[in-house]
Formats: sequence, C-alpha cells, structure tokens
Amino acid sequence: MAKVLIVAEQRDGKLKKSTFELVGASAAAGNETHVALLGEGVDGLAKEIGQYGANKVHVAQNAALKLYNAEAYTAVLTDLAKSLSPDVILASHTPTGRDFMPRLARRLDVGLASDCVTLAFEGNSIKVRRPVYSGKATAEVEFVGAGPRLATIRANALGVPKPDAGKSAESVTATANLGDLKTKTTDVVKGASARPDVTEAAIVVSGGRALKSSDNFKIIEELADTLGAAVGASRAAVDAGYRPHRDQVGQTGKVVSPALYIACGISGAIQHLAGMRTSKTIVAINTDPEAPIYQIADYGIVSDLFTVVPLLTEEFKKIKEH
Amino acid sequence: MNLYVCIKQVPDTETKIKLNADSSGIDPAGIKWILSPYDEFAVEEALRLKEKNAGSTVTVISAGPTRVVEAIRTALAMGCDNGIHVEIPESADNNFAAKALAGALKKEAKVDLVFTGKEAIDDGAAQTSQLIAEHFGMPCVTVVLGAEYGATSVKCKREVEGGAFEMVETALPALLAAQKGLNEPRYASLPNIMKAKKKEVKLLKAADVGASEADQKIKYKNFQLPPPKQAGKKIAGEPAAQAKELVRALHEEAKVV
Ligand SMILES: Cc1cc2nc3c(=O)[nH]c(=O)nc-3n(C[C@H](O)[C@H](O)[C@H](O)COP(=O)(O)OP(=O)(O)OC[C@H]3O[C@@H](n4cnc5c(N)ncnc54)[C@H](O)[C@@H]3O)c2cc1C
Repeated sequence: MAKVLIVAEQRDGKLKKSTFELVGASAAAGNETHVALLGEGVDGLAKEIGQYGANKVHVAQNAALKLYNAEAYTAVLTDLAKSLSPDVILASHTPTGRDFMPRLARRLDVGLASDCVTLAFEGNSIKVRRPVYSGKATAEVEFVGAGPRLATIRANALGVPKPDAGKSAESVTATANLGDLKTKTTDVVKGASARPDVTEAAIVVSGGRALKSSDNFKIIEELADTLGAAVGASRAAVDAGYRPHRDQVGQTGKVVSPALYIACGISGAIQHLAGMRTSKTIVAINTDPEAPIYQIADYGIVSDLFTVVPLLTEEFKKIKEH
Repeated sequence: MNLYVCIKQVPDTETKIKLNADSSGIDPAGIKWILSPYDEFAVEEALRLKEKNAGSTVTVISAGPTRVVEAIRTALAMGCDNGIHVEIPESADNNFAAKALAGALKKEAKVDLVFTGKEAIDDGAAQTSQLIAEHFGMPCVTVVLGAEYGATSVKCKREVEGGAFEMVETALPALLAAQKGLNEPRYASLPNIMKAKKKEVKLLKAADVGASEADQKIKYKNFQLPPPKQAGKKIAGEPAAQAKELVRALHEEAKVV
C-alpha cells in the first residue's frame, strides 16, 4: 500500500474525467489516496472526488489559482508534497499536468515518468510503461534514487470507474503560498467547438487527404456528433487547410488513445500510426485494400468514404435511439 | 538581445525502430538523425526576433553525444550565429540534459530569451523545457503558439485542450517552448549551409557545466515493440450492408458504442 497524491484537474469548476481515472485506480489498489484540488471556489468539487474513492482532498484556493498558472501550481504542490510526504504523485498527461509536473519533480529533486500508458502499484512504489519513439516502442521507467515517484498518465489509459454516491472523502484546507510570481495568466480564450478534445475523447473520428475540402469534413463532423466524438485529422488534411493543426493526430500532432478510432480516407503513414496505435478499437475506411492503415485496423471497410460515412451516421443514430 | 535555442537531435520520423539484443534500448544502426521538428519553430522564432532587433545574436545549444553536432549545424545553416555542444552520454535523461543545458546558459554573460520545442519526438516526454527553466531559475511558458515581445516581458498564447488558449504574460528572461504554428520555419540557403560547415562549435564537457551522472533521475528498461496486431476483419458487401455490419460489430463484439 502506498500513500498516493493525485493532482486533480478542473477547468471552469468542472473536473476532468482523467482525474477520476487516477483516483479510481489508486483507490482500487487499496492505497491511501490523497487529492490536491487547486483553484478558486472549487471546494464543492471535493464531494465528487470522494465518490471515486479518495480518502482526503486537500483544497488550495486563491484568486491567483482561478486560471491555471504554472508557477503558482508548482509552489502550492511543492509545499503540499513536502508536508504530506507521499510515496507517489500522479497527474494526467494533459496540457496542464504535463506542464507543471516536471517543475514539481525538479523542486522535489526526483524524476518524472511522463505520458505513461500503464500503471501498477507495487508496495509503496509504481510500475509504469510509456511509449517512446512515438509509440513505435514502449519502455518501463526505473526511478533512480530515493523520494516520491512522479508520473503523468495518458488520458483514457486506465478507464473511468463508476462513482459510488455512498463514498466520501475528508476535505481539508491546504495552504496556498504562491511566492513571487513572474508569470500571469491573464485570460483563457475559449475554443469555438463544443466537441470534446481529441486527446480526451472516448471516440475519435478522423479524416484524411481524401476528404478533399474543409466543407466535406461536414460528414466527418456529423458522424462524430452522433457518437459524441472528437474530430481528428491527418497531417495531409491539416497541411491542406481542411482542419486546424490542433486536430492533427500523429507524431507531430496529438497522441490519442480512445476506445474507438475511426480513420476515414487516411492511408496510415508511420507518423500517423504513431499518434493513434494505442487506440483500443480501430476502424479504417479506405478505398485502397492495400493501405497500411489496414495493418492495424480491427475492422475495415473498403469503400468510398463519401458513401459509407453518412450511412454509418444513420446506423449509429438507430442504436443510439434504443 | 542575447537569444538562445536549445535543440535535440532525434531519429527521423520514418525510422523503423528495432530493439537491441537484450531489449535495454533501441538498435542505433541505420538511424537517420534529424533536428527534432518542434525545435525548428524554436530556431525560427529566435531568428525572427534577431532580425527585428539589430545587434542580437542567436546561439544554439545541444546536449548529447558527438552526433548532435550535425543538428547544431542544421540550426547554424538556418542562420544561428554560434553553436555550443555539451557532451553528455546517450543514456542521459531529461533532467541530466536540462542541467547540462542550463549550466551552459549560466556560463553566458547575459540571457534574454531561450527557445525550445514543446517536446522532442523521440521520448516525447515534454519535460526538458520546464527543467532547463527550473535549473536556470527563470519562468517558462510551454506550447507557445504566438508571442508578442516587449522590452521586459512577453505575452504568450499557449495552446490548451479543446481549441482553447491561455494568455500568459511572463517577465524576462524567460524560456518559451514552441508549438507548431508559432511561425513557418525557413529552409537553409546553400551559402548558409556552406558557412555553417566551417563555423566552430564550442565543446563543453558535462563537468564544465556542473552536470553529472548524479543528475540522472530515471532510466528506461525492458523495451518492447507493440504487440503484432491480429489481422483485422474486412467487412464485405454493399456499402449499406457494410455500414450495418460495422455498427453491429462495434456495438456487440467490441462493445465500444
Ligand atoms: C516529419 C514528419 C512528421 C509527420 N507527422 C505527421 C503527423 O503527425 N500526422 C500525420 O497524419 N501525418 C504526419 N506526417 C505525414 C505522413 O507521412 C503522411 O503524409 C500523412 O499522414 C498522409 O495523410 P493521409 O493519410 O490523409 O493522406 P494520403 O497518404 O494521401 O492517404 C489518403 C488515403 O485516402 C484513401 N482514399 C482516397 N479517396 C478515398 C475515398 N473516396 N474513400 C475512402 N478512401 C479514400 C486513399 O486510398 C489513401 O490511402 C508527417 C511526415 C513527416 C515527414
């Protein structure tokens, strides 16, 4: 059994699913599970965290924590880690977690295993494996020296457990000494899309060069919206201007690990596979039966995507209605 | 301005990765090495800033084995003025490399801005930028998509999830980790490539910059290739039947919808 500190992630007062994955995994392993919750006016979220099995939620609140600020987070978490002395500190490998965790590792003078796709608790330590060379291989991480073991875990790698309304956590106030801040987060400019982020979504529908225009991506969007999915794209589609770069999946784009990845009109270049090969179920729709994407697809449809994708949308609607 | 770019040399994205005999690492034979793609945006940003501020210099620094000098020459060919190679072992982790790079920066008379790529595409750890900043003692903004440079501060547009951006203002000196989209990197011109070949690249040893094996905090072991996937199922029939069967399979077999 380990003493585990998990850094919760919230945006606009809403907790991320990836936080529940970490809390659930730690609690299921029987660990003493602590959660750090930072923000302003976020104390109400402790209850929800408790339902996933956390023992104690340490709430640090300050106006300067309202928007994510790397320096402020690092200062608060360093203090908390030093007073709590956990064996393990975990965060999600999100734009937030991947930003502050290396800084925290440095302040604690320990190593960090980032973007891990497997996590096992062993005694008071962890065993983690992470992709290297963009998923062309994986490696186990060995921590050198003493001190807490730090890791960031890829979203969707562990799975979200079911909350239990009968469970609750003790909530305590954590000190928020922010120190001298050299940076300030002045604003957050919202994205225009209501769709989930490509790295967080449980389902991703991606389109490639074969879509031929940004207008044609409508059929991809309709399929995605039917499934509550994110829209992804190959680099060829991004370079052609059909989609913004933030939707690009691959070695020089986002790395995703959804339960279902649907590749439409994507050939499956090695750099694209690097970004999606850890998806649990992969579907390919491609007119070329020899396309490399079929080497890793679980299901394939060798047909014109302009015909098949709208038909799929209709079929999915039918089962969604049931 | 005294501008610095920290870069990494990585295997070309086309590289087929093979493991060595005891799976303790990869087999380096036949790998073609390139400048990590995100570092190109870092180099470009420094060069643009130099062009706008007369009298500026851009120094490119890389920590690693001797081969990384090639990546330094690639950056010099794009237009950087000076190159520094800090020699550290192939096996050095992010912290060891960051300590070495920060150590090299500390030897410089004045540092105004440091640029890096938001991650290197070999280990994809996205740690070294923040670690350099911590070792040096300066603020750091990661995944920078846009920057407005003032005399004492920089306003950054930082990409986060869901197509949103955080606007972060930081005091100088600072480190900015570049995301694709920050700019459009230039190609090296032939005269610059020729000039870059002749430029001296200063060599520093780890000990010269206060870094050592003691800075190694993690090691990778037990490498594995992704398990070979079983051949998937190609669904036959007319498009309407294919669509129906796929939805059935995803619903009933894979249970993902
Ligand atoms: C340094 C570097 C980094 C890179 N990083 C990335 C990255 O991050 N992500 C990425 O995706 N790529 C990346 N690439 C690019 C990669 O090599 C490929 O060029 C790219 O992935 C191809 O995109 P695509 O599959 O959409 O296009 P194509 O390879 O042109 O494939 C289009 C496919 O659509 C099929 N098709 C055509 N018409 C139809 C139709 N009507 N219905 C169904 N199928 C149809 C074709 O059979 C073909 O297989 C990178 C390359 C380099 C050099």
